[in-house]
Amino acid sequence: MHVYELNHETQEELEKIQNNLLLEVKNLSLTIERFGKGWTRERLYVIRDFHLKIHHGEVVAIVGASGSGKSLLADAILGIHPKNSIVDGMIKYENELLTEKRRKRLRGNDILLIPQMTNALDPLMKVGKQVKTLMKQNNHQKAVKQIFQKVGLDPDVYDQIPSACSGGMIRKIFIAMALASEAKLIIADEPTNGLDYESIDEMLFQIKMLEKDNKGVIMITHDLEAAMKVADKIAVFYAGETVEVVDKKHLKKGGKFRHPYSRALWNALPQNGFIAIDSTQPSATEKLTGCSFAKQCPKATKKCKIEKPLLKEISHDEMVRCFYAGM
Amino acid sequence: MQLLNIGKFILLRTLKFAILLFAVVLFSFILVSFSPVDPIQSYLGAEMMVVSEEQKERLAEYFGVDESKTQQFLNWLNMFLHGDLGTSLLYRQEVIAVIQERFLASFVLMAISWIISGIFGYALGVIAGMNKGTMIDKAIKSFCFILASTPAFWIGILLLIVFSLWLGWFPIGLSLPIGMLAEEVTVWDWLKHIILPALTLSIIGVSNITLHTRQKVMDVLESEFIRFARSKGEEGFRLFARHGLRNTLFPAISVHFASFGELFGGAILAEQVFSYPGLGQAIVQAGMNSDVPLLLGIVVFSTLFVFIGNLLADLLYYLIDVRMKNGETI
Ligand SMILES: Nc1ncnc2c1ncn2[C@@H]1O[C@H](COP(=O)(O)OP(=O)(O)OP(=O)(O)O)[C@@H](O)[C@H]1O
Ligand code: SF4
Ligand SMILES: [Mg+2]
Repeated sequence: MHVYELNHETQEELEKIQNNLLLEVKNLSLTIERFGKGWTRERLYVIRDFHLKIHHGEVVAIVGASGSGKSLLADAILGIHPKNSIVDGMIKYENELLTEKRRKRLRGNDILLIPQMTNALDPLMKVGKQVKTLMKQNNHQKAVKQIFQKVGLDPDVYDQIPSACSGGMIRKIFIAMALASEAKLIIADEPTNGLDYESIDEMLFQIKMLEKDNKGVIMITHDLEAAMKVADKIAVFYAGETVEVVDKKHLKKGGKFRHPYSRALWNALPQNGFIAIDSTQPSATEKLTGCSFAKQCPKATKKCKIEKPLLKEISHDEMVRCFYAGM
Repeated sequence: MQLLNIGKFILLRTLKFAILLFAVVLFSFILVSFSPVDPIQSYLGAEMMVVSEEQKERLAEYFGVDESKTQQFLNWLNMFLHGDLGTSLLYRQEVIAVIQERFLASFVLMAISWIISGIFGYALGVIAGMNKGTMIDKAIKSFCFILASTPAFWIGILLLIVFSLWLGWFPIGLSLPIGMLAEEVTVWDWLKHIILPALTLSIIGVSNITLHTRQKVMDVLESEFIRFARSKGEEGFRLFARHGLRNTLFPAISVHFASFGELFGGAILAEQVFSYPGLGQAIVQAGMNSDVPLLLGIVVFSTLFVFIGNLLADLLYYLIDVRMKNGETI
C-alpha cells in the first residue's frame, strides 16, 4: 500500500542526526480526570498519541485547531500540566530520558516557554526585571536594554509594568526573554496570536533570530500559513494525535501534504481556494476505535472506521498516520 | 490625569459622605427622641431630689431641651455647622473633649486589634489558599465561617469566662474608676485592661480578611502569570514571595481598611463587656441617658472614622486596579 520509500541514510549520517537531536517525544498522552454530571468521573483524552522530534537550530511548527489541546501539550512537555491530569509517554531531551527531577532543573534554564496569553507577565513587576531574572551573566540591565532594541522595543520599556504595554509589545518582551535566557529549546505557544499582518512577519523574523542562535523552536500555532513561512518541519495535530510530520523541503519541491486532514487545512488557505473545512473534531471524552479523522475524511473506507492507523515513518523524521497516505 | 481623577473621586465621595452623615445624625436624633429617659434627670442623678422645680426649668432652658424636638435638632445642626458639638450632659464637659479622651483609648484598642487581625488573617488566608482543598484549608475555612456568625460580645464573654473566671489571669469587671487620671494608670494596669478586648476584636476581625485572602491567593495561583512563572522553574515559597505576595497583599490591606465599620461595631460591644473606657462605652452611656449632644457627637465621629476607612480602601483598590489592568487575553 505504502508509496514512499524510506531514505537510506548512511550509518554516519544517522549518528550525526541523532547527536543533534534536542527533544524527542513518543506516544505522549494527557488525560484530564474531572467530575462530570452527578458523581460520575469523566475522562478527557486531550492528547492521545503525540510524537515529535526537534534538532538544535531547527523550527518545528505544531499546527492544530483552536481548543485542540496545544497549550496542554506544552504544559505536558514542561511538566506543569494541571494537577488533575495524567501524562504518559516518553520524552527525551538531548538523548536522555526527561525525568521529573531533570525537568525541574531544565525548566527556565534549558527549556523556556513563550506563553500564549499576553497576561502571563506579573502585573505588578517591571517588565525589565522579569526579563532580567532569566539571565545568567552580570550587568543585566544594560544587556536587557540591548536585547529590547534587538527585538524592536524601546529600552525605556524596561521600567514599565505590563499594563502599560500593548499585546504586540508583550509578545516582543517574550522573545526578548527567550534571547536573554540560555535556553536551547523554546516552546512558543501561538506567538503570532492577535498580531496584524505586518507584525506577524516581524514576529516570524524574530523566531528565525532564535533559530540562528542555534536554539530549537517549537512553534505552536493554528495558523498553517505562518507555520509554512518559518518552520523547517510541520507537525499536524488532530484529535490529540500527530497525524503527520512533513519536511518543508518536501513541500518546496512541490510535494503535497500526505494526510487528508493536512490537505484540508492546506486547501482552506486563501491562496489555495479557501475551501472551508468541517472543523468538528472527535470529542475528548470519546474513546476512538478507528481513525480519528474517519468521520470527516473524504477517503475513508470501512477499514478506517474499525482499525486504527499507526504513525508510519517515511524518512528519518517525516511521518504520516493514514492507510492511504499520499494517494 | 490620574491625579485629577483621584481628586474628583475624593470630592464625589465627600459629597456622598455629607449626605450620609446628615441621614445618620437625623436618624439617631429621632431614635433618641423616643427615649423615655429625661435628660435633666440623668444629668442631676441623685441630686434630683434636692433641686427645686424652678432650677430644673432653668437647666432645661440652658440645655435647650424645653424647645420642640424639631427646634432642638435645628439648634444642634446650627451649632455643628459652626464647629461646635456642644456640651455633654453626662460628663459635664465639652463633647469634643470627651470624644478626644475616649477616642484615644478606643483608637489604641482598635489599632492593636486591626494590626493583629490583619497579620494573622492574611497569613491564614495564604496558608489556606496555597493548600486549597486540603485538611488545613478546610479547617481554616470552617473556623472563619464559625467566627463570621459569632457576635463579638459572645466571644468577649467566652474569653472573660476562660481567662478571668477559670484561669484568673485578669480580674473581672476590671474597669478603672471613671475619674482616674491618665498619669495614675500604670502600663501594667493598662495592659491588663486592653488584652482581652483586643483579643476579642482581633479574633472577630480575622475571618473577613482570611476568607478574602484565601480566595485571592487561589485566583492568583490559577492565573497565567503564575503558570508562566512555574514554566520558568519557580516554585513553592519562592514563587509566592516573588509573584504572589504583592498581588495579594494590597487587595488584603484594602479589604482590611473597609472593615473599619465592623471594627467599630465590635469595639462598642467589646468595650461594654470588658468595661473598657472607650468611645463605644461612651456611646452606650449617652444613649441610655439621653445625652443627645454626646450621642450625636460620637455618631458624627464614628461615621467619619468608617468613611475614612472606606475611602482608603477604595483609593488603594483603585490604584491597584489601574496597575493590574493588563492587556486582556488575545
Ligand atoms: N485544567 C484544565 N481542566 C480541564 N480542562 C482543561 C484544562 N485546561 C484545558 N482544558 C481543556 O482542554 C482543551 C484543550 O485546551 P488547550 O488550551 O490546550 O487548547 P489549545 O489548543 O491551546 O487552544 P487555543 O487555540 O485556544 O490556544 C480545552 O477544551 C480546554 O477547555
Ligand atoms: S486512515 Fe482513512 S479515515 Fe483516516 S485519514 Fe486515512 S483515509 Fe482518512
Ligand atoms: Mg493554546
